[in-house]
Amino acid sequence: MNILVCISPVPDTTSKINFKEENTAFETLGIQYVINPNDEFGLTRAVHLQQKVGAKVTVVTVGDTSCEPILRKCLAIGADQAIRVDLQPQDGFQVATQLEALCKKTNYDLIITGRESIDYNGGMVGGLLAVHMGIPYVPNCVHLDLSGNDVALEREIDGGKERLKSSLPLIVGAQKGLVEEKDLIIPNMRGIMQARQKPLEVVSPIEVTAATLVEHYEKPPEKGAVKLVDAEDIDGLIDLLTNEAKVL
Amino acid sequence: MAVVVYLESQKGTIKKTGFELASYGRAVADALGEQLIGVGFDLQDTKSINPYGMDVLYNVDTPEGSFFNADRYSSTIAGIASKEKAQVIVVSSSADGRYLGPLLSAKLDAAFLSNVVDLPTQYSPLKVKRSCFTNKAFNRTLSQKECNILSLSSNAFGLNEQQGDVEVRSEPYAEATTDLEVTAIDQATDKVSIADADIVVSGGRGLKGPENWHLIEDLASVLDAATACSKPVSDMGWRPHSEHVGQTGKPVASNLYIAIGVSGAIQHLAGINSSKVKVVINNDPEAPFFKAADYGIVGDAFEVVPKLIEKLKARKH
Repeated sequence: MNILVCISPVPDTTSKINFKEENTAFETLGIQYVINPNDEFGLTRAVHLQQKVGAKVTVVTVGDTSCEPILRKCLAIGADQAIRVDLQPQDGFQVATQLEALCKKTNYDLIITGRESIDYNGGMVGGLLAVHMGIPYVPNCVHLDLSGNDVALEREIDGGKERLKSSLPLIVGAQKGLVEEKDLIIPNMRGIMQARQKPLEVVSPIEVTAATLVEHYEKPPEKGAVKLVDAEDIDGLIDLLTNEAKVL
Repeated sequence: MAVVVYLESQKGTIKKTGFELASYGRAVADALGEQLIGVGFDLQDTKSINPYGMDVLYNVDTPEGSFFNADRYSSTIAGIASKEKAQVIVVSSSADGRYLGPLLSAKLDAAFLSNVVDLPTQYSPLKVKRSCFTNKAFNRTLSQKECNILSLSSNAFGLNEQQGDVEVRSEPYAEATTDLEVTAIDQATDKVSIADADIVVSGGRGLKGPENWHLIEDLASVLDAATACSKPVSDMGWRPHSEHVGQTGKPVASNLYIAIGVSGAIQHLAGINSSKVKVVINNDPEAPFFKAADYGIVGDAFEVVPKLIEKLKARKH
């Protein structure tokens, strides 16, 4: 069984976001990159399946050489091999098209993306790839169990969960809940040493133009100071929310 | 030419997000001088959309007892969009809306633009403001495609009532293209979901334990609000994952967000940043949430919240 886990390196969740070149580009200076948290839940589930059913786990990212430390980390966590498509993508459409080209060369039974990346929040790669490949897609996936070719899944929906069944091949959009936070694998020294020996293949991108271009970034306007209300003055708070903020 | 919006419903009733999408779609259609077309599934109250200036509503019947099916829904909507030569298609930012968006985009060779927070500033090519970096920033995105699927952030546009008398049409339900099937839905039907709520009441570690969550639930109940929690609270298993709001949890874009005993880690604040008015109740005046909030009370939640519930109850009567 072949599992492909699509990885997006993203700024660490504690990062302060700034822009450069007259707000046309993201300021990467001083930014620590991590595996997109949603992808990491997916990767962990894939490594569990590798241990349970002997699946081979490939991680892939579409990006320049700066992404390689993140791929090495995925190998240290337990992926068997890594692929980097050598392109600095402009949008999710470009990423999905590159992945499609890759998936047409090698058959993957299960493809895992994150629900969304926490930087551009596009949330589209899995869905686009699924339609292009003609296979099903389950985003917001919080449960995935394999039994031969049959898959039982759960999708988190607004105010509940949906249970689904499908057969392989299949694409899922992983998120927290697919594995628990405490089950995330922290690479040990042995894993880190082994990761250096594991294959990391660099693939040339196919030619495709982006569907969208970001022209300009801006930060939210500075907020005014908080209005403090005395803990004894609950009526004062209710009055402010009713008559000033007009939200009650 | 047309603008198409997908109207989500629950038990045949159009959800509030549907009215917001219709209001937004009407504004887009007016700017383009086109018709506004809605698509809904198994709707029983098509008249409820009348005050939102919709021209045509396709009401698609699905087989008795069937569940939401993103593949068949997206094929049906894509079919209508092609027939009507839609230039813009708007979906919500709910779990289902964001599921359908990319599928529609691939089926129609259209661009998909998530987290849209305003009307497009131009249409050919389309340019629109979106939130990114989980609400830590915004960008202006220029589409390279003629047809565009927009997923509108909830509460970003609001409701805009006007005259309307919608013409209801039927449309066959598209066949499935994959074997994926929903077998059951486990839904807490008596509770408002975070995505649908005008008000969200959220609890953090300051509440000391799951046994104290009646404070959050009682306050939510008197406000008709949804309940939410911070990441540590869901990690410790005090509350289900589905309530975790923040960067790796659910985004919140309610009109009012009340945080009780939540310190306000940067990841939490990112997730709730789109909420219009933020209130914090915390006994630590140094909690970072006070920098992000509009109103705050420095005080013991176990004393403040019961009083707040009492006052709000009294006010209701």
